[in-house]
Amino acid sequence: MENHLPKKIVIELQNVKRKFIVGNEVVHALRNVSFKICEGEFVTIMGTSGSGKSTLLNQLGCLDTPTSGEYILDGISVRTMKRSERAVLRNRKIGFVFQNYNLLPKTTAVENVELPLMYNPSISAKERKERAIRSLEMVGLGNRLYHKSNQMSGGQMQRVAIARALVNDPAVLLADEATGNLDTRTSFEILVLFQKLHSMGRTIIFVTHNPEIAQYSSRNITLRDGLIREDKHNVNILSATEALSQLPLPLED
Amino acid sequence: MNTTNLFKIALKAIASNKLRSFLTALGIIIGVASVIAMLAIGQGSKRSIRKQISEMGSNMIMIHPGADMRGGVRKDADEMQTLKLEDYENIRDEAKYLVAISPSVNSGGQFIYGNNNTPSSIYGVNEDYLTIQQRKIEDGEFFTEQDIKTAAKVCVLGKTVANNLFPDGSSPIGRVVRFNSIPFRVTGVLRSKGYNSWGMDQDDIVLAPYTTVMKRILAVTYLQGINCSAITESATDMAIEEITAILRKNHKLKEETESMEADADDFTIRSQEEISTMMNSTMDLLTILLGSVAGISLIVGGIGIMNIMYVSVTERTKEIGLRMSVGARGIDILSQFLIEAAILSIAGGIIGVILGIGVAYAINFAANMPILIQWWSIAMSFGVCTFIGIFFGWYPAKKAANMDPIEAIRYE
Repeated sequence: MENHLPKKIVIELQNVKRKFIVGNEVVHALRNVSFKICEGEFVTIMGTSGSGKSTLLNQLGCLDTPTSGEYILDGISVRTMKRSERAVLRNRKIGFVFQNYNLLPKTTAVENVELPLMYNPSISAKERKERAIRSLEMVGLGNRLYHKSNQMSGGQMQRVAIARALVNDPAVLLADEATGNLDTRTSFEILVLFQKLHSMGRTIIFVTHNPEIAQYSSRNITLRDGLIREDKHNVNILSATEALSQLPLPLED
Repeated sequence: MNTTNLFKIALKAIASNKLRSFLTALGIIIGVASVIAMLAIGQGSKRSIRKQISEMGSNMIMIHPGADMRGGVRKDADEMQTLKLEDYENIRDEAKYLVAISPSVNSGGQFIYGNNNTPSSIYGVNEDYLTIQQRKIEDGEFFTEQDIKTAAKVCVLGKTVANNLFPDGSSPIGRVVRFNSIPFRVTGVLRSKGYNSWGMDQDDIVLAPYTTVMKRILAVTYLQGINCSAITESATDMAIEEITAILRKNHKLKEETESMEADADDFTIRSQEEISTMMNSTMDLLTILLGSVAGISLIVGGIGIMNIMYVSVTERTKEIGLRMSVGARGIDILSQFLIEAAILSIAGGIIGVILGIGVAYAINFAANMPILIQWWSIAMSFGVCTFIGIFFGWYPAKKAANMDPIEAIRYE
């Protein structure tokens, strides 16, 4: 799936450092991280806990700013941005998928997916709803539009979350352990969806500690102690669809 | 983020927690309702007392003989004979601020007709009495100017007296009743006015020409009082000044000079305004008292909003984190919670107003207390509760807006 034509760079990190002061101690969560991610890449960021991958995710998601270094998202420098400016940037450029779905309780799928667009005043109520429905259809929930979040299975909830992340047509989709709460079969179903989105040209960053997932992405970045230990393109991408078909069928009750 | 969306979000949040929202608003509902009901009772009592005072006669001024004190001795007003008929005539002719003036002399006794009799009072007046006391003739007519000149033995009966003397309901007009031993021809019957605020039957009265009462009953040359009506309520003070000047001149009372103090007035003038001012201030005090007790409950309601909003913010930390991560700015979160607080307090206010009006009418119905609901009391309690909601909603909303999205989204 990878090609060597020059592509648009979506994410560029230049010598990003992030340190926290915890009591009297200085914790270097990111020591010096630099990489570029082009449009259409499916990147897994791996690392054990404490490797700095959460901090990196917060940086990439514009939830936090670097202590030093530069982060350029879709041509925009994030480091000097104010809190509210970053909120708007997140709203337009980033789609988040969380491990525990984070859907609004007692709220329908459509309303959950509409949420990011609620914070974009240029989108009308009508367009908001149309886009939410389109987004839900894309993740295969066209028949679950008005189900409430507590009436859905984990896999369905995660699909709603993915639809929500896609609804603002983001420059990058950031997934944080998006399969962490799901059983094997549902995990693969979600992976199939991610691969489908990848094939449609979406830029995806998938943060995980599960090395198995790396096999289904186009590039793997491994972190350790706040530094990049390994950054390699995956030449042999496995098909999640195939893996799913080889799984034993779920037991019928 | 536009305001419409913020309202939708806030309404959604309220709707998804109906019971909690209701409990939050309950404090405000009770607060507003009690303010409205208390003010309605206070204002109602005030109006009813005012009405009773004004029913005594509009803009009434009462002149009585004698100062309160003379040479350190307080004298019985009946003993004082300083108010003469000339005083009445001079005031009638000279005073510019009066619309009506009537002498007043009265005597008590037994009225008899056939084999019925009743004790009552006979009041010697002229026809201005009707204007001053705001009374009307129901049946027949008032005695004439000519009757006054000739001291004719005619009278107008109050309803109670008429009913007592003519229990069969026949018309008293033209009949002759006796007061003690003096016969009086009845020319008319007064329309009923009922009891006044201190329980006096205002229909237990008989009116006759003042000349008749003075000459034929009391055999006196002085008046027991003069009642008059000022042109307007605001002209009352000027009318009193005018009357004072006329009476002082008539009674040859010396004005203050370098060597001598002025003579004290040998008459007393009271206006209805004095009474009504005194009653008003008492009623205002009552209203303020009732209102402030109710106001405290409104503030307690506001603290209730703050309390619940504060819990709500903590409980919804994760939701706030999510909203922030999908692009809500601090101001959006702040507005959302403020709008939520405002909606709760405004809705609580509306329900409170309705409930308060209902409670006021219930009190009016059950306890027969006079009520008056004024638009300003509704506007005020409504405004105060909105302000309280936003004021007490501010701190929790600010707390929500200042959350770190990274921590909030991972909050368990």
